[in-house]
Amino acid sequence: MKTKKKLPPFKILSTTAILGYGFPESSFKRGLSKKPDLIAADAGSTDPGPYYLGSGKSFTDRNAVKRDLKLMIRAGVERKIPVVIGTAGGSGARPHLEWCLDIVREIAREENLHFRLGIAYADVDKETVLKSLKQKKIKPLPFVPELTPEVVEQSENIVAQMGVEPFIKLLQEGSEVIIAGRSYDPAVFAALPISLGYDPGLAFHLGKILECAAIAATPGSGSDCALGILEEDSFILESLSPERKFTPQSAAAHTLYEKSDPYQLPGPGGMIDLRECSFEDIGNGRVRVRGSKFVPSDPYWIKIEGVRLIGFRSISIAGVRDPIMIDKIDSILKAVETKVREILGKDKNQGRIYFHVYGKNGVMGDLEPVKKTLSHELGIVIETIGKTQEEADSLLALTRSVLLHYGYEGRISTAGNLAFPFSPSDVAMGKVYEFSIYHLMELNDPNFFRTEVEEL
Amino acid sequence: MKNKKKTSILKVAKVIRSKNSGPFELTLDIMFKDPRYYQLFKEKKIITPEKIARLYGVPKADVLKIVYFEPSQAIKITLRRKIPSGSPGDTDIYGAQQHAPLLNLTF
Repeated sequence: MKTKKKLPPFKILSTTAILGYGFPESSFKRGLSKKPDLIAADAGSTDPGPYYLGSGKSFTDRNAVKRDLKLMIRAGVERKIPVVIGTAGGSGARPHLEWCLDIVREIAREENLHFRLGIAYADVDKETVLKSLKQKKIKPLPFVPELTPEVVEQSENIVAQMGVEPFIKLLQEGSEVIIAGRSYDPAVFAALPISLGYDPGLAFHLGKILECAAIAATPGSGSDCALGILEEDSFILESLSPERKFTPQSAAAHTLYEKSDPYQLPGPGGMIDLRECSFEDIGNGRVRVRGSKFVPSDPYWIKIEGVRLIGFRSISIAGVRDPIMIDKIDSILKAVETKVREILGKDKNQGRIYFHVYGKNGVMGDLEPVKKTLSHELGIVIETIGKTQEEADSLLALTRSVLLHYGYEGRISTAGNLAFPFSPSDVAMGKVYEFSIYHLMELNDPNFFRTEVEEL
Repeated sequence: MKNKKKTSILKVAKVIRSKNSGPFELTLDIMFKDPRYYQLFKEKKIITPEKIARLYGVPKADVLKIVYFEPSQAIKITLRRKIPSGSPGDTDIYGAQQHAPLLNLTF
């Protein structure tokens, strides 16, 4: 009954887990020798925390990103293979995207490469968010507070995770290199094959694995290439390094990574359903995956992300070796904060003080089940957050000096309570942000994202 | 109370890890050395929201879900992050070192 022309295998070369994490040229060359139809990489994550989205800075290094991009763009443009990058600059808001585009233009100039550059912006203006909020078209993800107009007003660099639509549009307009803002990780891999008629469930699931490059292989690596081969009814994962291979276990285990439900993975406009999914070892370090489905959602939901500035941070690092002090550390730190507040009086510096006590509960905080400190030494990071850097600095200086000389009960070491490894002891850390928007927004049109092309 | 000796999860697990699942959730994975331990954990419901809440000293409502994932014979537990990633007071931005209480699980 099949009258449709059979789709040929579609090969995707994923270079690295995050653009700038690097990849061996030998693996990349092996990947190119397989004649890929697409070279792609994801460039971002919310994992490094809210600072990067708020500050407009990348958590990846410029030189490292340039090195990865140069290899990818040169190979792609010379061989007429599209190169697609998502979540440029780590967080994918306009400043991050501009940062990455600057690198791309620099490469084109230096390497004398000419190509059509597709650009997709992920920024969402506050008016749009406020309007959607008013129309009740925004809902929080689990454990996220309901969004309010005040929070929207306070938020900076609001972005939405774009799906495949902007990429497809740019590819159809002849883009040879695409640099996009905040994107759903699998979109950079799935857009082109979906536009050619490949099954979206398989394409998205393959993208979900390839976005971490060789992390899903064993031994895993975020700094090595991987090849995905999409066919009509399945896809194949192939390692590009003799050091590692894909196994059904390694590929399946990766599906668990960083998500709350491995069977149902929601994304822009629907979800990947893996309940019928199977992983089969087909030899030579390759795994065949079948049964992944895409279930479109109606309406079309996208995830929006934003952060707000909540102050400025300063820190000081010190150690404690006195067993009498270690034994009373909780009550001492409490008393120190009380004393600091007393000295400051009620209406002056209202900054926050945190003590991160390593050797006690510095890693787990309140979740730490071990209550009794067993360590013979403690590391303390004194942290202050103020409305201004000056306020944070002053609060830190005072807290540090009060702790250094605090006369706790039973004290016999009267020269000083802290061992500082550095002079200066205090570090101004700059702006502090927190995630303020992590919600789903209903879209009337998936082509909501602004795109443009540029001839280089 | 039966007098049977309890076994440590370390005897049967090959991976126990934690990681953010977005800035507001912490997700814990347990993978087993042998499929029969996975089956045992699944059938006997050894991991319950109550047990996880007790191990982490959090309310039961903070345990979002427990999922059994056949393709990798793994159990996934998702918790509320008490402090979202990077918010003031957070101690582990990536959430990669919050698995230790699970190592104390016995059955």
